[in-house]
Amino acid sequence: MANTITGVAASPGIALAKVFRFTNTPYIPQKQTIADAEAEAGRFRQAIEKSKGEIEEIRVKTEQRLGAQKAEIFEAHLFLLEDPDLVDSVLDKIADEQSSAEYALYEVTTAVVEMLLELDNEMVRERAADVKDVSGRLMSHLIGKPYASLSGISEETIILAEDLTPSDTAQLDLNYVRGFVTEVGSRTSHSAIMARSLEIPAIVGAGAASAAVADGVMVIMDATEGKVIVDPSEEVLAEYREKKKQYDERRVQLKRLAEQPSVTADGEHLELAANIGSIEDLGKVLENGADGVGLFRTEFLYMGRSSFPTEEEQFQIYKHVLEKLNGKRVVIRTLDIGGDKELPYLELPKESNPFLGLRALRLCLKREDLFRTQLRALLRASIFGKLNIMFPMIAVLSELREAKRILEEERAKLEQEGVQVSSAIEVGMMIEIPAAAIGADFFAKEVDFFSIGTNDLIQYTMAADRMNESVAYLYQPYHPSILRLVNMVIKAAERAGIWAGMCGEMAGDQTAIPLLLGMGLNEFSMSAGSILPARELIGHLSKQEWASLSEQALAMSTQEEVQQFVKQRRPI
Amino acid sequence: MLSQTYTVIHPSGFHARPSKLFVQAATEFPCNVKLIKGTKKVNGKSSLGLLTLGLANGDEVTLEVDGEREEEALQALGAMLTKIYEE
Repeated sequence: MANTITGVAASPGIALAKVFRFTNTPYIPQKQTIADAEAEAGRFRQAIEKSKGEIEEIRVKTEQRLGAQKAEIFEAHLFLLEDPDLVDSVLDKIADEQSSAEYALYEVTTAVVEMLLELDNEMVRERAADVKDVSGRLMSHLIGKPYASLSGISEETIILAEDLTPSDTAQLDLNYVRGFVTEVGSRTSHSAIMARSLEIPAIVGAGAASAAVADGVMVIMDATEGKVIVDPSEEVLAEYREKKKQYDERRVQLKRLAEQPSVTADGEHLELAANIGSIEDLGKVLENGADGVGLFRTEFLYMGRSSFPTEEEQFQIYKHVLEKLNGKRVVIRTLDIGGDKELPYLELPKESNPFLGLRALRLCLKREDLFRTQLRALLRASIFGKLNIMFPMIAVLSELREAKRILEEERAKLEQEGVQVSSAIEVGMMIEIPAAAIGADFFAKEVDFFSIGTNDLIQYTMAADRMNESVAYLYQPYHPSILRLVNMVIKAAERAGIWAGMCGEMAGDQTAIPLLLGMGLNEFSMSAGSILPARELIGHLSKQEWASLSEQALAMSTQEEVQQFVKQRRPI
Repeated sequence: MLSQTYTVIHPSGFHARPSKLFVQAATEFPCNVKLIKGTKKVNGKSSLGLLTLGLANGDEVTLEVDGEREEEALQALGAMLTKIYEE
């Protein structure tokens, strides 16, 4: 009888195979005292040496297979085997309490694991797996039993386990292992990270339900949705074989696109960039072959802490992003706080209408100290890449001029201090207030670029709160009124000879892209995952053709008409 | 004894690679190296110790060095706490 188990999709893909149940129950020793502490310490040291040899072997193999970076985790394991808090604590227990090596090891590592699991930090909790892995191996040598391993698998299988240790995952034989499902864990577990670099499907956190699946049972893993189908019918199997084939082909296709430029069918080059919220997103940006970063939201630097980030901290982060992008454009937006994004330590008065209140640049101009610190950090970092600075929430020219004046003041100060600042920084503004869109022609004369923030532009134009479900129907990105505003901005940029980009959801939207291309948008910034599908789409679109098609769309009067129209005309 | 407080800025927190490099560097110094977060104080020469401190991005941590070459240790190790590492 088929049933379905759900979990967290940790590494995407589809697999069909029989279950291999893997258990690695830790050995729990009895409390035992020994007569010869010296000999017992010797036994423990021997176990350490044996474990070191094995881990070193795994490390070398992993390095050959996945590169030095992925092998680093085993360097950390080797490190644990020399750690004073682990080794000395066990030796002390053996000497002082006449404890057996097994029991001393058990006590010390259990305490450490418990301490780690109590911490309010997922990353650290995950590291408990490393301690368990290493102590499990030490224990196996002490009791003289082999450490359970997955290396012996010799037929196509999907592994089901409570959890997989880093050394388990590193040793998976990909000739046979099609994927794995674990009861515990999260997307940041080692096994999940490893699965993504091995590019095999993985579902974690599937819970106790997966424990009930017996060895040898046929299962389907759909790790695009985090779903395991147990004992499926022939019909379902056939359906998923087809799905798997399509998925795998698509994956190869998209991977190829990651290394290609963003060019339309008629040879127009565009920039498909990524939006990032923290530097942890950079991996995905590079993986998906982004042409740059079109929006770096700097708010995260300020959130989840108790005081403002210093200039030096910010400098390090901006420098890091610029270096990682290696000469590709990086648009960094200055602080956009206020509105619904609060900072407890900023102690802003409550506003009855925060979206229309003191937020973003408005706040920065009131709190110049904050603004200047950020600008100095940006200017100092500018020599490490292609920095673009973007001011958010501008409604009138005086705001832009004031922001630029402060920027120039800080530049002059730094130069006086002998600090090097790039002379090629582009300074632009976000267009998200209708007043700025309508006045784009006069703004265009005073900036190097525009980036249209559609999420806010739509909500301000429609006078509808995006978070309010009762008016959600008014969130209409393809509405001709919105498109006309967007078109005005792009055309104003074109006339002034500056570039126009977009950094809202709409830039990665498959229905909007043809129209935006036709209007003449130069840069599309979206979540990293949308880049490859967007690159594929524009490869099939002719800019010239969509220039006239978008004009037709602009003349329509409802969103539905526009959607219908694009659907009919879009080649894929 | 010398001590100073720093803020961690490595995005994924001061764990795997940063902590490894820190412990390696700390072990080179003859003086005692302690790290303090809140009420917790650990041995800076132990990666397990560092791990149990659970230093996340944005956390404040106090470095305490005591003994031979403590000034040098404060300089070198302090710089390591406020740094972004290649991952």
